[in-house]
Parts: sequence; structure tokens; C-alpha cells
Amino acid sequence: MNSEVAEAVSTGPGGREREPAVEVHDLTVAYHTQPVLWDVDLVLPEGELIAIVGPNGAGKSTFLKTILGLIDPITGWVKICGAGYRRRRSWVAYVPQRESVDWDFPTSAVDVVTMGIYGRLGWFRRPRKHDRELALECLDKVGIADLADRQISQLSGGQQQRVFLARALAQQAQIYFMDEPFAGVDATTERAILSLLQELRNQGKTVVAVHHDLHTVAEYFDHVVLLNMRLVAAGPIRETFTEENLQRTYGGKLTVLTQATEDLLRARAGDPSLQQPTGPPPGQS
Amino acid sequence: MSSTLVILLVGGCVAASCALLGCFLVLRKMALMGDAISHAVLPGIVIAFLLAGDRSTLPMVLGASVLGVITVFLVEIGTRSRRLQEDASIGVVFPALFSIGVILISRYAGQVDLDLECVLYGEIAYTPLDLLYWGDRVLGPRALWINGSILIAVAAFLFAFYKELKISTFDPALAAALGFSPVLLHYLLMTMLSITIVGAFESVGAILVVAMLVVPAATAYLLTERLATMLALSTALGVASSTVGYFLARVLDASIAGSMAVVAGIFFATAFLFSPSHGLVAKAARHRRLGLGMAEQLLMLHIGQSSEPRSGQVSRGCEIDTLERRFNWRPSKLQKVAKRLERQGWLDRVQEGRLMLTAAGAEALERTGQAPLTHALQAED
Amino acid sequence: MLGLELSFTARNVLLGATLLGVVGGVMGCFAFLRRQSLLGDALAHAALPGVCVGFLLTQSKSPLPLFAGALVAGLLGSLVILLVVRFSRLKEDTAIGMVLSVFFGIGIVLLTYIQKLPLGNQSGLDKYLFGQAATLMPRDLAVMAVLGLLVISTIVLFFKEFKILCFDPEFGASLGFPMRRLEVLLTLLLVIVVVVGLQTVGVILIVAALVMPAASARQWTESLAVMLWLAGLLGGAAGAAGAMISATVERLPTGPVIVLISSSLLVLSLLLAPGRGLLWSFIKDRRLVHRIQRENLLKDLYVIGERAEGGSWSGWEQPVPWPMLMGVRGQSSPQLSRVARRCRRRNLLSREKDGVRLTEDGLRAARGIVRKHRLWELYLTRRLELAADHVHRDADAMEHTLTDDAVAFLEEKLGFPTLDPHGQPIPALEEASR
Repeated sequence: MNSEVAEAVSTGPGGREREPAVEVHDLTVAYHTQPVLWDVDLVLPEGELIAIVGPNGAGKSTFLKTILGLIDPITGWVKICGAGYRRRRSWVAYVPQRESVDWDFPTSAVDVVTMGIYGRLGWFRRPRKHDRELALECLDKVGIADLADRQISQLSGGQQQRVFLARALAQQAQIYFMDEPFAGVDATTERAILSLLQELRNQGKTVVAVHHDLHTVAEYFDHVVLLNMRLVAAGPIRETFTEENLQRTYGGKLTVLTQATEDLLRARAGDPSLQQPTGPPPGQS
Repeated sequence: MSSTLVILLVGGCVAASCALLGCFLVLRKMALMGDAISHAVLPGIVIAFLLAGDRSTLPMVLGASVLGVITVFLVEIGTRSRRLQEDASIGVVFPALFSIGVILISRYAGQVDLDLECVLYGEIAYTPLDLLYWGDRVLGPRALWINGSILIAVAAFLFAFYKELKISTFDPALAAALGFSPVLLHYLLMTMLSITIVGAFESVGAILVVAMLVVPAATAYLLTERLATMLALSTALGVASSTVGYFLARVLDASIAGSMAVVAGIFFATAFLFSPSHGLVAKAARHRRLGLGMAEQLLMLHIGQSSEPRSGQVSRGCEIDTLERRFNWRPSKLQKVAKRLERQGWLDRVQEGRLMLTAAGAEALERTGQAPLTHALQAED
Repeated sequence: MLGLELSFTARNVLLGATLLGVVGGVMGCFAFLRRQSLLGDALAHAALPGVCVGFLLTQSKSPLPLFAGALVAGLLGSLVILLVVRFSRLKEDTAIGMVLSVFFGIGIVLLTYIQKLPLGNQSGLDKYLFGQAATLMPRDLAVMAVLGLLVISTIVLFFKEFKILCFDPEFGASLGFPMRRLEVLLTLLLVIVVVVGLQTVGVILIVAALVMPAASARQWTESLAVMLWLAGLLGGAAGAAGAMISATVERLPTGPVIVLISSSLLVLSLLLAPGRGLLWSFIKDRRLVHRIQRENLLKDLYVIGERAEGGSWSGWEQPVPWPMLMGVRGQSSPQLSRVARRCRRRNLLSREKDGVRLTEDGLRAARGIVRKHRLWELYLTRRLELAADHVHRDADAMEHTLTDDAVAFLEEKLGFPTLDPHGQPIPALEEASR
């Protein structure tokens, strides 16, 4: 484990009281005149793995982007650790959806990870050698240090997602916002990402992730936000992730999912300990 | 026939064929293929010129169609190779072909009765002088015959393949499943386009034919939702642009083709701003209205929530300051929304700085519920 | 040779063309990567009315007012494209086509209007259409050089920011960089480059100076910085070579010659660039196909021989008749004989009177392939029972891609089995008792 990451990970913004990681008040967002989020009031606790769950078009990604200041809301405001986004920018890391970028861009994996440091560098300054080393360490943490100089189009979907995660790690943040980090990755990567998220949580970080797989919500996360344009429910998994709430979130679309819900509640009771990944899946490296 | 009439007729024919095909270009997001082909046919025309030794129509149409198909084909090779995006592929193919054309013209300048000015502006002003003969008999202006035939061909093509073109434009997968080959249709359309462009080339030039193709169709697209109406509107706008453009050119004593493009542009700007359904002004008004409606609803919702009588307390409404802070609105916006609600009789100012729902307001809120008025909002936009 | 004895005009042309090549190449990379290759085309056309207005206002052909006019008009054009895309249902291609043609139409109207004014000095404005490098004057070059330097140094200064703008603008915004403003800056630079190219290659061919070097450079490298250098180099080289050729050969216009040289470079790059070159991937694909065909044939022959004699060596000594072999995979005779010929060339197969027979080399190779196939099959079925969700499909493809190490690993994992799931023997690498 490298010293710089470890340090950033272990020292929180010390000396302050435990404030909620994210506070959202009266948030209404619309594209043109189409409301996407309607009157959302929400407090997300610090130091937990938080899933945002809801059907397609429920405004999950919009919600993340609004918190990150990428979209201006019609009403309401957002606070991150007690202050506006502008003042907390360096505390926040963002993992966009993997499909949102052109993976044929001429750049290497370590180069993409270095972009996570751009925010700290500010204008004009170029990444130096130690920045690159930090990026390599972040790649190592997600288990693909050997692919550092690989062109990004030559990476598998799971590896690309790991590159994005490494970039977020390089931001050395307190709160990680992730848009579908498990979408379209292989089983090994899913394990690796999960253990990484848990490690972050164990170090006191907060992770807020849009998640689409209802089967794994209860297994992977501590806290859940059920969203369908309006806030349906939010709270600890055990109390909130109930069939009734899911029914209210998904409406009639849920019938197929009932079995899944039972499964996952059972899985939750067992709470299986999750092991460290052994390495990249066969046939990839 | 007076020469003015000839020019107007030729311009009308060119504009109509271009406007008809242009609709499909705009809808298929292929406007730039029109641009590419209009440049890339140049070497085909020049080679036909050199081989035939004069301006006979058939070799020129043939040469241009071949080059048109080659352009489409090359662009596709570039895209299919996955080394170039479509825009880049277009952006390398047509300059290369156009350059070959320009070099051919300058190398054989003595033998080719075609100069670069004609390529750019066309020479619609000279069309009345260039007559077509059958033996000794004068049949009339050559350009009129050519462009008239092209217009008829385009109309016949669209009439014959209307259904297929419509389906393959909106849902290529469905078209393929129904047995209409989208590829074949694509190449047919591109061939018709090349032929139209050759006809237009002489009259309005390589670049302004793009204006004839794209602008009337784009204008029509802002005015209607139906394909048939769009075709008709586009044609009418094209013919109108060419007619008005001609007279504008006479007034300014400037290029006729250029003026046609300018007029087409003015028509577009007008539609862009004032179209009743898609115009900027109408849209802005609608957005404002719906935005205000949404704001009103949110405000009522909040005042309603926070002034629910709690355990015996008498509700005293909601402080404006609190609302401002919660909504993160500018004070002026809050005042405006509140005033509108007051005028409707749904809101009351209890004391200075406090807002409260009236009985009618509470009832209205009850009616609409707490969900956003999506039905009203979705109906528009 | 020309050497240092270039004429005054030729030297100016050379300088102008090289300058545009370098600046256009570097700038084009960003347009290329942002999939806005044709925006440059539109902006170039949109610049024409600006040039005319610049002339009308000052009535002089000094470069500054004309360039300023072009700059303003180009920016106006990009603004219109932005507005139309943002506020109407029209897509970007239509907006670009519209701005391109309507602005150009306005330009043509102004140009023809100016030509009829009784001023006397207006001739030559139309050189901006196709470019007339021969009319370049030192003062033009000076302005172009300053603008070019401005563009390059801005790109160097904002390299990191532009990079993130092209790759992941949303992430850039979350870091706090003002992406919208950076985008405007990039468009401004694009317009400046277009203005630099107006006199050399003209409005119609500028797009080539932007796209072609960038597209070529992209094929050779996977690094943005290297791509910028390469594109500048390729663009500059094409510009210089084009200027030289058109200076030495009569009646060859500079702009089109540069474009043709650039396109040749692009075709070469697309075909030959290591890694991405189409030629290499074609050869690689063919090799793979050949290998698979070869291995399938060997495997078929092995299995036929195995069936004939229960696995003894004599079974493979019998020639296998041609029709029998064709029946296995339903291949046509010419198809099969092509594969057989390639095997014979590698001495894996020998042709006999009534069919073909594996040579000793061939038998060894065939044994290896069948071994891989059967081990993999066994692995799949065992794993299937263990964990259904961990099974990789494409069993058939695997036997062609498994490495020797992987096979050894498999064998160990499976406990050195001798029979495959269908009860067929798994051949050893070397048959001890022959």
C-alpha cells in the first residue's frame, strides 16, 4: 500500500463534527419543462455505502449530476459536508457512466487516472512524475497496474470501469459519487469493485452509487435511496429496502422482481463475507 | 419565352427537386452527405466533359452519378474501417475528390469550357441563351429541359418509393425486417441526389446547391409534423426562395444563386424564430408559462405542507425568508410567483413577510395532489 | 534543384503552406477527436461574408481588417450552429450544412456586389474561395505567423484542459474547470486557423488541412501529445511538398495539390500504420482464419484415423479419401484443397493416390490440437457442474487460442485425465510407444 494514498485515506477533514455527507433540500430539476426530480428532500449519512435505486428514467443520474453541480436545479439546494459544492469540490470524486466517453481516445490507462489529479493541479500546471506515481498506485489498488500503459480501447469493459475507479481514487476525496459502477462488468471485476468500495467505507469515506441490479443492493450496500422522480424512501437497507417500498418505486414493473427481493433479503441475513479478488479474470490479461 | 421566365422556371425546377430530396437528407441526418456529394461530383463532370468534348447532358449526368456513388462508398469504407468517424470520413473524401476536379480543370483549362466561377456560382443567368435543338427545330432552353426532366424523375422516384423511404428513414431495422433493403434504398437515394446535383450544379453551383437541399427542408421540418406536409412545404419554400432570390439579385445586381441562398436563409430564420409549434418565441413563452406553473405548484405545495396545523397550534403560514432560503430563489422570482398565486386567489399575505394558502388554494392543492402536473407538462414540448 | 534559389513568390507560398499545414494539423486533432471535423468546413465558408464586409468597411485589402471580418463572421457562424442545435429539433449536420451554404451565399452576394462597385482595387477578393497562395505577401505571412503562434501557444498552455474537454467534459466540469468557456476558446482557435488558411488553400479546402493530418496522425499513435506533434509534422510536410510541386509544375493550383498529398498520406497511414493499419489487421485476420482451418483439418484427420483403427498408429497411415473429408464439415472441394495445399506446404500432410494422409509432423500437431480440445471439453463439463455461471462459452474457439501453459495448467487441475467426457482418449503430447 502506498503512503500517499494511505495518508489521504486515513486523515479525514479532522476536527469537525459528524455532519451528513450530503444534504438535499427541496430539489426540483427539469429538462426544459419536463420535471425529472420533484421536490426531493434527503440526508445521506457519512461513512456508508449508499445505493440510489429506481427504474429507468427515474432521475438517478440527474440526481448525481445535480449534487455535483453539473445541472442547475429549479428549486432547492445541495450541501456537501455542510457547504456548497464549490467549496467542497476537492472532497468529492466522480465516476461517470462508462459509456459517457469515447474509449477510442488516444490515451493510456495511467493517463486517464492522472486526470483525477487535474483538479488539484489547477490551471496550466502539468502532472509531474510523482503525480504519475500516484496514478500508478491507484491503478495498483484496483488490480490493473500491469495495464498502465495499455491504450484504453484495448481494455475490457471491466478493466475500463476499474480505470475510472482508479481515477476517482486519485482524486483522494471524502465522498465518491458513482454512476452505475457495476454496469456491464465481469464477475471478478464486480467483486474487486465491491471490496474496494468496502475498503473506502472502512476508512470512513462515503460512497454514493447509482445501482441498477436489485438482486445485489442488499448485499452490497448499507443505505438505500429509492427514487422515482420523487423520493420514495431512504434509509438503512434493513428498514427501507422492503417489498412495499420497492413496489412503490417500480409500480407494476416489479412482479418479476419479487423473487429477487426475497432472495436478497435472505442473503442479507447471511451477510456473506466477501473475499479479495485474486487477479484479473482469465483471458483478459 | 422571356428570359426572366426561363430563369424562374429553371430555378423553380432545381429548387423543387432539391427541396424534395433534402427532406430525406435532413430526416436521415445526412445533410452533410449532400454537401460532400455536391463537391465530389466535380471530377465526374470534368471527366465527362473531357471525354465527350462538349456539354452533352448524358455523359455529365452519368459521370456525376458514378462519382456520387463512389463518394458514398468511400465514406462508408472510412466509417466501416472503424478508423474514422463519419464526420471525418466525409471531411476527407470530398476535399480529395474536389481537389482532383479542380486540378483537372486547371490542367485542361484550354479544352474545358468550365471555369471555377461557374462551379461556385453557377450560371443561371445564361440559361435562356443555351438552347436545345432537335435537328433544326429549337426545343427551348437546355437547362429547362434537363432540370424539368430531373424534377419529374425525382417526383416519380419519391412517388414510387414513398412508403419504403418513409419506413427506412424512421426505422431502418423495421424496413429491413419487412424486406426493403435499406442499403439499396440508400444508394438509390444517393444516386437520385447525385443526378439532381448535376442538374443544379450548372445553375446554382456546387455550394449553393447545399442551401437548396438543406435549408428549405430544415425550414419545413420546423413547421410540420407530417412527412407529406413537410415535402409539400419544403418544395413551396424552395420555389419561393429561388423566385424571390432572383428578384433580390436583380435589385442588388449580385449573384442570383447567392441571393437564392440568402432568401432561403431568411425564410429559415423566420421559421426558427416564429414557427407556431417549434419557433423560438413560442417555445420561450411556453417554457416560461410552464416553468412558472411548476414554480407555483411547488410553492403551494410547500406552504401547504408547512402550514398544516400541528397539535392544536394555529397555522401562521410560511415566512417568505424561509421559502427563499429553501428554494434558493432570487427574491424577485419568489415575489412574482407569489403575486400570480395571490391574483388567482389561492394565496394570502397574512402579515408582512408571511404567506398562507387560502381555502380555495388548499382545495386546488387537494385537487392536483402532490405529484407534478406531468400530464399538463408532457403534453407540450 | 530549387534549393535556396526559390523565387520570392515561391518562398512566400512555401512559408504560407507550411505554416497552415502545421497549425491546421495541430488544431485539427481536437476537431477530429470531438467529432466536429466538418465544423471547420462550415466556419471556413462562414468566413467569406466577413472578408467582404471587412473590405467594404475599410476599402482596402490589407490583411488585418479582412482577417478581423473573417474572424467575426466565423464566430457568428459557430454561434448560429450552436443556437440552432440547442433550440430546435434540427440536428448538428443540418445546422452545419445550413450555416455553410447560407453564409456562403451571403458571401457570394457581397462578392458579386463588390465586384461591380467602381472602386478599382477590389479584384482578387475571390482568391479566398480557392486560395491563391501566389498572391501571399510578406505582410500576410506576418499576420498568419502571429496568429499561428497564438494558436499553438494557447494549445500548449491549455493542453491538459483541452484534453479533458475532448475526453470527458462532464468529469472536467466536476473538477471545476469551466468546460463551456474552454469549448468557446477551442472554437475561437478553430476560427483563427480557418482565417490563416483562407489565402493559401481557400474556404473550400480548409477542411482537408484540418482533418487529414489529424486523421493520419491518429493511426500512428495512442498518445494525444504525440498525435499533435505528428499531425503538425504531417500537415507541414504536405503543405511544403504541395507548395514545391505547384511551384515547379505549371498550372497546378497549390491548395488542391496539398490536399491530394495529404490524402495520400492518409491512405498510407490507414493501410500501413503499425497496430491500427488496415493491411496488418487484414493479414492478421487471414492468418488466424488459415490457422483455424488448418487445425480443423488436422483434427478431422486425426479423429477419422482414430475411429478407423481404435487409436493405433496404423489408423493414421491409411490415406483418408477426399469425399470423406469433405463430408465432415460440408466444405466444397476447392475450399478444402486450398486448406490442404497450405498444410502440405508446411509438411503436415502428404497427398496419396486415393486421398491425403497426415505426415509425422502433422500427426504430432493434430495430437496437440485434439488434446487441447478434449481437455477443454472436460474442463467445461466439470466446471459446469461446479458453477454454472463461471463457464465461458466458445469452447470450439478456445482450442485455437489456448497456450501451452494454459493446457498444462488445465491438465494439472483436472488431475491428468486420460479420457474426455465422451469417453474418447486424450492423446499425450508424445506417444511413447509408436
